[in-house]
Amino acid sequence: MNTDQIKIEIQNLTMAYGSFVVMRDITARVKQGSVFVIMGNSGSGKSTLLRHMIGLQRPTQGDVLYDGRSFWRLDDEARRAQLRKYGVLFQSGALWSSMTLAENVALPLIEYTDWSAADCEDIVRLKLALVGLNGFEDYYPAEISGGMRKRAGLARAMALDPEILFFDEPSAGLDPISSRNLDQLILELRDSLGTTVVVVTHELASIFMIADDAIFLDADTRTMRVQGNPRELLKHSHDTKLRAFLTRGDPSGTAQSDAL
Amino acid sequence: MTATGANSNLLVEKVSPGAVLIRISGNCRGQLKSHSVEVARQALDQTSGLKCLSFETTALTGWDSRLIAFLRNCAELCRERNVEFRDEGLTDGIRRLLRLAQAVPERSDARHASVRIPFLQGIGEHVLKGSASTREWFTFLGENIVALANLLRGRAQFRWADAFFVMEQCGPQALGIVALINFLMGLILAFVGAVQLMKFGASIYVADLVGIATVREMGCVMTGIILCGRTGAAFAAQLGTMKVNEEISALETFGISPVEFLVLPRMVALILVMPFLCAFADLISIAGGFVVSISMLDVSATEYLNRTIHAIQLKSFLLGIGKGSFFGFLVAYAGCLRGMQSGYSAAAVGEATTRSVVTGITAIIASDGIFAILCNALHI
Repeated sequence: MNTDQIKIEIQNLTMAYGSFVVMRDITARVKQGSVFVIMGNSGSGKSTLLRHMIGLQRPTQGDVLYDGRSFWRLDDEARRAQLRKYGVLFQSGALWSSMTLAENVALPLIEYTDWSAADCEDIVRLKLALVGLNGFEDYYPAEISGGMRKRAGLARAMALDPEILFFDEPSAGLDPISSRNLDQLILELRDSLGTTVVVVTHELASIFMIADDAIFLDADTRTMRVQGNPRELLKHSHDTKLRAFLTRGDPSGTAQSDAL
Repeated sequence: MTATGANSNLLVEKVSPGAVLIRISGNCRGQLKSHSVEVARQALDQTSGLKCLSFETTALTGWDSRLIAFLRNCAELCRERNVEFRDEGLTDGIRRLLRLAQAVPERSDARHASVRIPFLQGIGEHVLKGSASTREWFTFLGENIVALANLLRGRAQFRWADAFFVMEQCGPQALGIVALINFLMGLILAFVGAVQLMKFGASIYVADLVGIATVREMGCVMTGIILCGRTGAAFAAQLGTMKVNEEISALETFGISPVEFLVLPRMVALILVMPFLCAFADLISIAGGFVVSISMLDVSATEYLNRTIHAIQLKSFLLGIGKGSFFGFLVAYAGCLRGMQSGYSAAAVGEATTRSVVTGITAIIASDGIFAILCNALHI
């Protein structure tokens, strides 16, 4: 796998709802097989950036390229094919409530592959086992806890072995152990399957554990401030806002060890 | 012994008396199927005194989740047969994913047992469920009456602004559909009546027919049904979604009664708006009859209007709008009850909406029947 290959490229992206500009001039590159973290305070437009990267929202200006091709300039057919290469974990799982967990994970398999029912079932059981939901196949989303719903959402996102996995606040609402297991799984997917992972989060522990690369969005100036590995940024960056974020507002900068 | 299975990526070798090795090679992407595990099963079953199953992946160039699923199934077979499953020959990535998949053991108590319910037990459970739901019906009715009493004493947690907002939504904004449906009802009544009455040369009595039928029955029933589909369903969906979002729990934790705060405004709004909607519906429906009569029959406009005014008694009109008000109560009651009973998912909200319309329409028609009997007995 060529690790220097650029998987996603964000070019001068401006995001806006109507005339309200959320963020402007975002430029970043995500390498294939890396974990890319979008950091920022609440309300800084992290999730909005993610929605632009998934293709749920059209950029007001600028572009998002995948493997060098602009998502929005593709025709419908190619766009759908591109979407099939993504897996998205939404904030609260976004499981389809009228289906069991197994049916939730199986739906993309049934829609997009010609596998037999037994094949699909095999994969469904594997994916649910990977997120620690062995034996919960026949449960409905309403019957399980929020954390489990989130993990089941991840199993569904992984169903088609996507090239890119997007996570919106993966650790929010999870206990520390589950949260760490999830981080472990993210790294495992990156290392073994070469999946490119994009994560929106503000959990410092998680950021320092998984991020290969990150950008920091600033709500006040409405643009991104820096891109780089958070551990390196903490050591070398002089950006006061970023330092405050990475040290939980503690100027002595010891919060990193607390967080870890 | 060397045997190739159904899949060219898999090569089974017996390396020593107690050990079988599966070589996995080439690009496995999309190649392995669930029946690929039969290769391993055969090897395990045909080798006597087998101690361990191991793997070799040096020539493996590509793989996906199917490989992990295959290995998981192999591990399962090994466990069943008490054979050691050795994962040393797998590449790091595969081994780690496989271990991750096995990290959390299956919760044996988690799996839903599929139980067959005996016939009689099924009936019994149905009856119990029915009686429980009847109890809920009356509990909710009681809560509403208490809330209404609190409102009359001025002690309810009730905001008139909410009630006015609902009134606007289910009153003025429903005029269009109410007008259309009732105008057509008037037309239809007049048509059906005209065809029969013309045979006896009694065309003028179409005015009586349309007037009385509309004012006593059709106006309020049709308006009730329209509101049930339009507003009752909306109530159920609103309250159901609020329940899903835990908004109703939030109200309760503040000590605010959801019945007084959410149900009462809707109930009051519909009870107050329905008489006006019914009167409007009556007028429009009579206009429909009027159009048919003067264009189709040998009746002049003045005659028709005179006959209509003569036919409609005040008590009929009051009965109609009184029933309308009651139907408004039923619609709000059904919508709110089903909304509050909703479960915590999108599917449950949909079901609540459906049930609110079914309950509402059934209640309207059934109570209209009871009203008809009562009126007959009381000579109204």
